[in-house]
Amino acid sequence: MIKTEILAKMSEAIVAGDRVAARALAEEAVRSGLDLLEVVEQGYVPGIQRVGELWEQGDYFLPELITSAEAMKSAMAALEPELNRTHAGTRMGGKVVIGTVEGDIHDIGKNLVASMLQAGGFEVFDLGADVKLERFIEKAEEVGAGMICLSALLTTTMMAQRRFIALLRDKGLRGKYKVLVGGAPASRTWAEEIGADGYAENAVAAVRLAKSLA
Amino acid sequence: MIETKRPKLELLSNALVEQIVDEGLTLLERHGVLVENKEALGLLGGAGAGVDAGTGLVRIGRKLVEDCLATTPAVITLYDRDGTRAFAVGGDEVHFDPGSAAVTLLDHATQSERKASSADVIEFYKLVETLEHLHFQSTGLIAADVPSAVADGFRLFLGLCLSEKPFVTGTFRVEGFGPMKDLLAAVRGGEKELRAKPLAIFDACPSPPLKWSNLTTQSLIDAARAGIPSELISMGMTGATAPTTIAAALVQHVAESLSGVVICQIAGRGAPVIFGGSPSSFDMRKGTTPMGAIETMMIDAAYAQLGKFLKMPTHAYMALSDAKVNDPQAGFETALGAALGALAGVNVISGPGMLDFESSQSLEKLVIDDGICAMVYRLLEGIAQRDDPIALGVFEGFRPGMSFLTHPHTRQWYRKEHIPAGLVDRDPYEAWVTAGRTSIVDKAHADVSRRLAAYAAPPLDPAVRKDLDRIMAAYGRASGIDLALPVLQPA
Repeated sequence: MIKTEILAKMSEAIVAGDRVAARALAEEAVRSGLDLLEVVEQGYVPGIQRVGELWEQGDYFLPELITSAEAMKSAMAALEPELNRTHAGTRMGGKVVIGTVEGDIHDIGKNLVASMLQAGGFEVFDLGADVKLERFIEKAEEVGAGMICLSALLTTTMMAQRRFIALLRDKGLRGKYKVLVGGAPASRTWAEEIGADGYAENAVAAVRLAKSLA
Repeated sequence: MIETKRPKLELLSNALVEQIVDEGLTLLERHGVLVENKEALGLLGGAGAGVDAGTGLVRIGRKLVEDCLATTPAVITLYDRDGTRAFAVGGDEVHFDPGSAAVTLLDHATQSERKASSADVIEFYKLVETLEHLHFQSTGLIAADVPSAVADGFRLFLGLCLSEKPFVTGTFRVEGFGPMKDLLAAVRGGEKELRAKPLAIFDACPSPPLKWSNLTTQSLIDAARAGIPSELISMGMTGATAPTTIAAALVQHVAESLSGVVICQIAGRGAPVIFGGSPSSFDMRKGTTPMGAIETMMIDAAYAQLGKFLKMPTHAYMALSDAKVNDPQAGFETALGAALGALAGVNVISGPGMLDFESSQSLEKLVIDDGICAMVYRLLEGIAQRDDPIALGVFEGFRPGMSFLTHPHTRQWYRKEHIPAGLVDRDPYEAWVTAGRTSIVDKAHADVSRRLAAYAAPPLDPAVRKDLDRIMAAYGRASGIDLALPVLQPA
């Protein structure tokens, strides 16, 4: 198979959400010694970008979006060890710590954003749901993340997003992290009100926002 | 006279009902449920379920489920605060209560959601007290000015002070159950009396798929022992936390609910349990849980049929909307749900007043929805044979051009056959224009004010009231909160 065909197949595998094919193509690329940076940038990334377009124009719904994101993660997992060895530090995005705030057990939306961020090239540390605010900071400090994403589904637990910003300030760490907030009751106005760095209304928009801030 | 047919909706064939229940039982046997409560694990193990103490996974054989179903009452009778008016929850009886629990109130003046205060909650209870088609109250609005440590008990406390109606409520914390039970028992004059005449239903929600959290399991156990009815609120979302096909989601609903039945029955044989739920279709674009989606209503009507097949009282979250204001969507989603739920014979329908995916309440919507419920009750009464012969007597002495307006038959029957318009607009166009083109929302707002002004607190024995104050203050102290006396005075 000529290289352009392989790259096209990689993209197709992502668009189709074909995890098995995406992974197999990645493994084959490693074995045959292809330039893995080229594989990512001209094979897989165009695929996930196409998925984003299909979502935005209303052709794709959450099942397609997330299945494609999972396929992307699977392919990246196969490429990463070799990619890190040959192109150290070329991970496109950056490190992101994400979780649903304390007192809130809803994690569907947060999982969507985590998946899409990962598929979008970020290294994602997902702390799960009902996460103590201090824990976000500990993890971010530990892994050297640049961005912290807080999800909340309830208007009651949303208050934790405001408290988190205050907590960062108290610790003198506000300038160190970009803080993004999301979840049903959150809004752009809310993000501005509490001094967060951004808000996105869905997972695709969240990736766009994260890239613009990273 | 020919017996009046009760109009009835059944979405599932008998064969499908049987297979769904059978697969639900198999699911419990084969995969089991996760139970995050030590006491329940002990009880379940003792009753013969296969308990993995390490993971909390419980496999329940169908024999145990069937034994538990056999001791579950088919009908529960709730009584009002006074203990005189009885409400049968079972058969095809239908009772509406406000959707619960909203964290915001739609403010009519700003047409925006805002946090509710205790004063709003008091108005909410007073208004519902005046709405005759809402047979039950619910602790449907959460006050932001009440410390969360006592919020569950405080909302019930306020309600019991202000309203005669039975309540649909629930705990927020394991510690909340005791004081809430004490409040109810204080009204009845003892725990034995409360058991004999239940005053409130406690909601308990499994976490889909197939899990019971510590809090909700404890609520089931505590309620079963006190003889307080538990309402099982299974709430899978199709394609997210439950399978995407409606029939498969129903299998999960059955499995989750039956595991709840088992927990209740082994905690207290004969415990009153309601086969309820708040499942929903899942919006694959927005990731939201539309309660007004037709598929959500289909799931509700279908599991009610399953609950009846299992000879249990039923409940659903219907007659509510995902709209953010009282717009046409709010009306049609609510009305469709109310009608379908009632036709399906859902015994407790929680929804009126509710907007925005179960997160907001509106006083104006409560009034509008009470009118919807009135229409639905009329529908349920069906078409009766009033006379024999049906019409030939009315036509005696028939002459061309005769009018029925002055016929004695009209005076005899029209008030029984036809309900008043309520708030809906039936003006001729010119009259509507002259009257200021008023919308139903404006009329509802005026009606809210009128009803609140006319509200008179139903008399409560001062000794009982003192007990309620004492119990609430003690719950506050136990939670490290000084509930100042003025707070305890719902004027």
